Amino acid sequence: MSDEHDDAAPAAQTRHVEGLLEAKGLLDANELDRALEAFASGGSPAQGARVAARAWVDDGFRTRLLMKANDAVEELGLSMGGGIQPQRLKVVANSATEHNVIVCTLCSCYPIAMLGPSPTWYKSEAYRSRVVRDPRSVLADFGTTLPDDVHITVWDASSETRYMVLPNKPAELPEADLAAMVTRNGLIGTAVL
Amino acid sequence: MRTSRQDPPHHYRVPRYARGALGVVVEHIGEHPLPYDRSVVEPVFTVRFPAEQLFGSGTHDVTVDVWETHLEAL
Repeated sequence: MSDEHDDAAPAAQTRHVEGLLEAKGLLDANELDRALEAFASGGSPAQGARVAARAWVDDGFRTRLLMKANDAVEELGLSMGGGIQPQRLKVVANSATEHNVIVCTLCSCYPIAMLGPSPTWYKSEAYRSRVVRDPRSVLADFGTTLPDDVHITVWDASSETRYMVLPNKPAELPEADLAAMVTRNGLIGTAVL
Repeated sequence: MRTSRQDPPHHYRVPRYARGALGVVVEHIGEHPLPYDRSVVEPVFTVRFPAEQLFGSGTHDVTVDVWETHLEAL
């Protein structure tokens, strides 16, 4: 591998492909710009943490969040907008008997608006191929050991839905303190809090 | 429901591991354009599969979102 990284060629290829997609009517001229803007201005795990903390202290919000997350996060001034197509957010809640973990086995779909850009390992072939087959051993690699009687569901984001995990409430504390306890891996489901 | 076993030359978003597998629809999640033909809008469903059905072992479940055209009712 050379030490020089000239990105002129990929940039030209990208512009060429973008032009072709627009010419064929597969992409609206503004869609990519909107998506990139949303990506750049986008989320960080702090947003997902706010959502989780509110759900722990407000049962009504929790119910609305689990029923229709897109509307519920707007109550906090957050939005799932900005993608190439409208994205549906689905929040899946852990419990004493159920643990959830998210993946995109086909590519790298991720709730960017709630969590910001995804970690490198989330996009790795190792994570994507292993977590659907053997989630317990993948969680163990993250230092997360679940009791044997906790059932695991792996959510593979294969259409326009982006998944986020609502971890179990870690403590009885005020909302802001709870938000500070939330980790990105907790919202992905590779960690418990 | 069973996912279709078709193997078309284009990308249709049913992961290979879930093709031809038996699962249960848990939710109708909306109407979305097909990834390979955005002029066609179809219902999309979240389908839950037991790991044993997909991989021959495991006690967990995996859910996959599938466009209606790639599902067969049983």
